[in-house]
Amino acid sequence: MAMSLAFHIVFACVGIAMPLMMVVAEWRYLRTGDEVYLLLARRWSIGAAIMFAVGAVSGTVLSFELGLLWPNFMRWAGAIIGMPFSLEGFAFFTEAIFLGIYMYGWDRVSPRAHLAAGAIVAASGVISGIFVVIANSWMNTPVGFRLVNGRPEDINPIATLTNPAALHETVHMTIAAYCATGFVVAGIHAAMWLRDRDNLFHRRAIAIAFTVGAIAALLQPISGDASARAVARLQPIKIAAFEGLFQTGPHAPLAIGGIPDVKARRLRYAIELPSMLSIMTYHNPDAVMRGLDSFPENDWPSPLIAVHLAFQIMVGAGFAMAAVALWGIWLWLRRRGIFASIWFMRTLAISAPLGLVAVEAGWVVTEVGRQPWIIYGVMRTADAVTPMPGLGVTFTLYSLLYLFLGVTVAFLMWRQVIESPTSEEIEALLAVGG
Amino acid sequence: MSLALWFVAGVLLVNLTLYALTGGADYGSGVWELFALGPRAGEQRELLTRAIGPVWEADHVWLILVVVILFNGFPPAFARIMTAMHVPVTLMLVGVVMRGSAFSFRSYGLCDDRARRRWGRIFAIASLITPLLLGVIIGAIASGRMPANPHRLSDFITPWMTPFCFGVGLFALAMFAYLAAVYAAAETADATLAADFRIRAIISSLIVGLIAGAVLLLSIRGAPLIWNGLTHRVWTWPIFWLTSAAALAALWALWTRRFALARICAAAQVALILWGWALAQYPYLLEPDLTIFNASAPPRTLAILASALAAGALILLPSYGYLLAVFKRRRRADAAVGLETQAPESVF
Repeated sequence: MAMSLAFHIVFACVGIAMPLMMVVAEWRYLRTGDEVYLLLARRWSIGAAIMFAVGAVSGTVLSFELGLLWPNFMRWAGAIIGMPFSLEGFAFFTEAIFLGIYMYGWDRVSPRAHLAAGAIVAASGVISGIFVVIANSWMNTPVGFRLVNGRPEDINPIATLTNPAALHETVHMTIAAYCATGFVVAGIHAAMWLRDRDNLFHRRAIAIAFTVGAIAALLQPISGDASARAVARLQPIKIAAFEGLFQTGPHAPLAIGGIPDVKARRLRYAIELPSMLSIMTYHNPDAVMRGLDSFPENDWPSPLIAVHLAFQIMVGAGFAMAAVALWGIWLWLRRRGIFASIWFMRTLAISAPLGLVAVEAGWVVTEVGRQPWIIYGVMRTADAVTPMPGLGVTFTLYSLLYLFLGVTVAFLMWRQVIESPTSEEIEALLAVGG
Repeated sequence: MSLALWFVAGVLLVNLTLYALTGGADYGSGVWELFALGPRAGEQRELLTRAIGPVWEADHVWLILVVVILFNGFPPAFARIMTAMHVPVTLMLVGVVMRGSAFSFRSYGLCDDRARRRWGRIFAIASLITPLLLGVIIGAIASGRMPANPHRLSDFITPWMTPFCFGVGLFALAMFAYLAAVYAAAETADATLAADFRIRAIISSLIVGLIAGAVLLLSIRGAPLIWNGLTHRVWTWPIFWLTSAAALAALWALWTRRFALARICAAAQVALILWGWALAQYPYLLEPDLTIFNASAPPRTLAILASALAAGALILLPSYGYLLAVFKRRRRADAAVGLETQAPESVF
């Protein structure tokens, strides 16, 4: 399941953000008549379609895996958290329908209807992502039921949708999807542009993708700050694990780097900024932060080092992208534009993977950070797993399958979406009448 | 016994039916790609690919909705099925993944001919195996008697390793291939291609009939509840006659080349078969102890789910109708002016 999710999250992110870029490109084409934008829209739509198809099948696998791997969780919680999944089903259906119209309907519906279909794909992609994250946020802050003898009673599925973690998790994940996709697309095109600097195709692609990525990268630290404060309030043990904070007390330091030593109960080799954690969380250096020592050890997230390091990687990658975004905006304000600075373009090329790295790290932060619980404070992961013997076989099978798919998709994306268009391709495009 | 429960159970059945009629036929198209024969094999493959290209992803979502409604509306049944069916479901998912990705890689990938043929082969084989396994799982659900607390390896094998389950698997495969052949005959404007698929449809219709008889006999031991339901209830004969009438009407329409009519009759036939199964199994989700009444979610969840499904249908059905209208209804008009659905790769 972890493997499937780690795989699926990449496709979901690109599948959410790519349609937006494709619609923007088509809209620019309709406004300007510049055929490079049309080519870009077509290329990106193929990318979105491949991503959507693989995202759809890996999402199908996930919806079954909920039952295949966690039958006890589903038996217990199905009635409570089925709602966001049902709604997601409809959003997903809408996306599939209009993607079909978008992909195969270039010459079957009017340009305006076509653009509208693309916009519906982009919107329903975001909405379905939001519903899935809502289900995840419920596992962090379970509400909408009363525990009676270990069973849920008085189930209220609507309350699930408005659980306390829903807002900050969905905002953070949605921005992350745009940020990661914007940066990976802009970065790869930047690498191509560096080799072929007159190529308008890469220029236009970078302009759109970097705009999307940069706006998201600048919003993300604000959303991250809000999320961290919400987690401190809702799941204090999680923030202690993020920071590797063992001791409870005021003037809690903000740790940069470091390796948590569980036996010695201290964080080694870290740069500590005194009182900063208290200040950032409660805006008050005297505020008391709960450390891991105030929780029973069998409730500690494990492995602690994974949570701590993933958190550092996520935040580090996030700030690096925000810095690149600021640099780009500064260049743009000085009117010479980002393409005048070779060093900026090189940096952009290097920062291509940062967003996806941050997404994967962030996923580790929230999922491993919730362990040992599958439903925070209510059900332990070990109690939810299927009794099926030989799960290792299932796991290996899925891993091989995903590895194979990942390699194939990466290859196809390269060939279909990123690579410089050949002159025949441009001629063919113009011949169709664009 | 609330209205919401009936509504949710009804929507579940309707969803499953729509999946069989649309997504099932898409699998069937893959099967015919594997068995594309004769001088027009290439054209046959092209027709099949064009027919499912724009719609298969949307068709596939019916299955996701079935799963989601099952685990939202009937969590205990979902948990037990998914535990006991771990092995066939896992294998089926491999099939789902391979088929979907292979199809999109082939459609959108600018690969050379050899690579395209290879993806096509993977797509076709996965289209053959996936419905077989889906049928096996349905067969096991119809048999019931899934262990409530499985722990030995055999508990995960015996519920579906029976002649009845594999009979249902073959039955599903044959039905889907039959639907695909009928649809293909109805959709093409080319008379020779229509004739190719007419023959295939007639042959597969006869095979469906044969397997149906065999599965019915196997159910005496494999799924006594179903056997009893199909033979000893009030509605037994009406359902039987209706299904037979639809099957014969479809056959007659095929014989006389009334393909649009054949499509309606074949769809009705498959829908009636599914409903006959559902009625025979009613009120059980899983024999002997899980019924739609005692394995359902609490009333409040069901009520909200029912309203969500109703609201979702308001968005979904017009959109789905629009999709079919854009790609299916205008085919004949297009053919008249020499236009056909352009697959995206033909643009470049």
